[in-house]
Amino acid sequence: MSQNPTNPTRRGFLAGAAMAGGAAVAGRVHAQAAPDPAITELQPWNQYLGPGVDAAPYGMPSPHEAHVIRRNVPWLTADSVSSVNFTPLHELEGIITPNGLAFERHHAGVADIDPAEYRLMINGMVDTPLVFTLADLARFPRENRTYFLECAANGGMEWRGAQLNGCQFTHGMIHNVVYTGVPLRLLLEEAGVQPGALWVLPEGADASAMTRSVPLEKALDDCLVATHMNGERLRPEQGYPVRLVVPGWEGNMWVKWLRRIEVGDQPWQHREETSKYTDLLESGDARRFTWVMDAKSVITNPSPQAPITHGPGPTVITGVAWSGRGTIPRVDVSLDGGMNWHTARMSGPSLDKSMHRFYYEFDWDGAPLLLQSRAMDSTGYVQPTKEQLRHFRGENSIYHNNGIQTWAIDSDGRAENVEVG
Amino acid sequence: MKKLLICTAILAATAALAQESAPSREGGYGLGRPALTEEIAAWDIDIRPDGLGLPVGSGDVWTGEELFVDQCSACHGDFGEAVGRWPILAGGFGSLDQEDPVKTVGSYWPYLSTVWDYVHRAMPYGNAQSLTDDEVYAITAYLMYLNNMVDDDFELSNENFLEIPMPNEAGFFMDDRDTVELPEFMAEPCMTGCAEGVEITMRAAVLDVTPETATDAAEEQAEPETAADPAASGPSPELVAAGESVFRQCSSCHQIGEGARNGAGPVLNGIVGMAAGQAEGFRYSPAMAQSGIVWDEATLAEFLADPRGYLRGNRMGFGGLRSEEDIAAVIAYMQVAGAP
Repeated sequence: MSQNPTNPTRRGFLAGAAMAGGAAVAGRVHAQAAPDPAITELQPWNQYLGPGVDAAPYGMPSPHEAHVIRRNVPWLTADSVSSVNFTPLHELEGIITPNGLAFERHHAGVADIDPAEYRLMINGMVDTPLVFTLADLARFPRENRTYFLECAANGGMEWRGAQLNGCQFTHGMIHNVVYTGVPLRLLLEEAGVQPGALWVLPEGADASAMTRSVPLEKALDDCLVATHMNGERLRPEQGYPVRLVVPGWEGNMWVKWLRRIEVGDQPWQHREETSKYTDLLESGDARRFTWVMDAKSVITNPSPQAPITHGPGPTVITGVAWSGRGTIPRVDVSLDGGMNWHTARMSGPSLDKSMHRFYYEFDWDGAPLLLQSRAMDSTGYVQPTKEQLRHFRGENSIYHNNGIQTWAIDSDGRAENVEVG
Repeated sequence: MKKLLICTAILAATAALAQESAPSREGGYGLGRPALTEEIAAWDIDIRPDGLGLPVGSGDVWTGEELFVDQCSACHGDFGEAVGRWPILAGGFGSLDQEDPVKTVGSYWPYLSTVWDYVHRAMPYGNAQSLTDDEVYAITAYLMYLNNMVDDDFELSNENFLEIPMPNEAGFFMDDRDTVELPEFMAEPCMTGCAEGVEITMRAAVLDVTPETATDAAEEQAEPETAADPAASGPSPELVAAGESVFRQCSSCHQIGEGARNGAGPVLNGIVGMAAGQAEGFRYSPAMAQSGIVWDEATLAEFLADPRGYLRGNRMGFGGLRSEEDIAAVIAYMQVAGAP
């Protein structure tokens, strides 16, 4: 972080602070005419006792934050059981998604698995097909890794143009948590992978029995058989008690309620890797096995669900960025729809295949803005515009839309999802 | 400054340590136990394009049609044309390069094994893995017939399974983003004067398809309560409201109230006090149609606690409500929301 060329020098920083301070003093808009009752009057919480230590054995957010919830788009799917909801990115800070706000995508609802009855089987091209219990898994060496999980269809509704007003809906099929799990490599080594094996097939225990073909190379590289997220057991909707973690690759492959891993020499070409999660191009042909999530970013504040309410003056723009190919050393922000760009300030841990947080602070003059962000990942990949993407993909692709998002801010600070040209 | 450098060095060292991999052990850790043949047979249900995993069996188009109409048509329509937003399974030929491509088993799916595997592992929706192998062959044969791949006298079996190619098998190619897109997306980005002028070309507000905010939804939900007759000695508004929220689990398949239509499950208007199997136009299982049950609070409560156990052979794809409060609430809700 200290090598970031965009960081101001110490001297420059001090000079800037002095100027900003001066401007703030000169331009401070608010003056209190009468004493503020929030200060002068005794508030109930100043006077009366609050609930005791065990009032909430499992703590919940403040009731004043009840609006910070996952939301779905009812018209998107036929029902709520095989459906998706969205992480409220515009209400979050830092890089970690709280467990209860991590978006959900199910194909047959949330499986309710008794941990005592949980079994994981490894079979196929192995020397010894094995069965593990949760207690067995807990005896393997485990790792802690922070990864983003993004559904390949995140932004899928926006392929043909701006549709949904809110980054929760346009970009909310993503979450970023710390996983604790056993490297899949150790379990495969335990069973003894036979020569000629090239693929594995993870399978879920839910009523969709989700399957995806994963190259053995990836399985032996960085996949985890995870039991915990953000320090606690996986939530039921995230695959309790065990899910597969496939870092940097599309979320559909991170099979939840994992019950079995088969080893084989060919891909299985199952429903979720043929009929779905293939990218139909303009020619009528489709790309398959598009696993890696390309670099992407979005400004979360301001955005349609989180307008600027404070008027002109010091304004914080913030957002998140991620890449399935590495880290995000740099994000640029544009205030004028991509004509001119400013390098944003990265803040927080910069981890491989994890979400990154960026800020851009400026003095808003109250004129309309066209806000954009553009991520650049550690391989040098620069997030493309939607126009650039459509040049290669056409408009029928559904999946892997990582084009640059534009929010139009009007002079009242309201934000709208738009496309520019 | 020197202190800062040391701190940075320590941080870097810590960061490197934190990424150390969990160690392998020569010969493994000796954990887990060998899987038994019967256990593998029970779970290893996957089928591959080369036929690996396909069981011995057969089924014809006519048997498949009967099964499909009975078990699949509530969502997919009698001819695979689909109800509502459920997947369309037939037709769509020549549409893949058009503005609204229709990706069906016939127009899009590259392998027949995918159909067999998916129907067998995940269908019927809410009653997965309930079809026999022969039934899966028959339904697959019917889907081939609906997509003009075979005639109506066709019988599909493990013998002829690999003989019929899918129309769009050649329509797929391996991810080539690395060679096609990446060279274009790796250039040093422009920072100033990158475009002449920029105009808004499309606005999301024009479409107006964004879901309502929580506040809007709460206001709307308040309506049915005020609509209920307060003078009647019906269930309390609190119970009805709780029931409405429980009913969300049911709404995947069931509609209730004005304008309700049959979905995967029947319309529930007037259900409290009605004989079972009476919703107009809904295809009930023989078990339900002939059950002779009259739905009152007691029978509904028993049924909702354990749908399969209460009436064997009925097809409601739902595991049951666990809490008695939820059951009482949802019955109260159905009583009010489904009142004529």
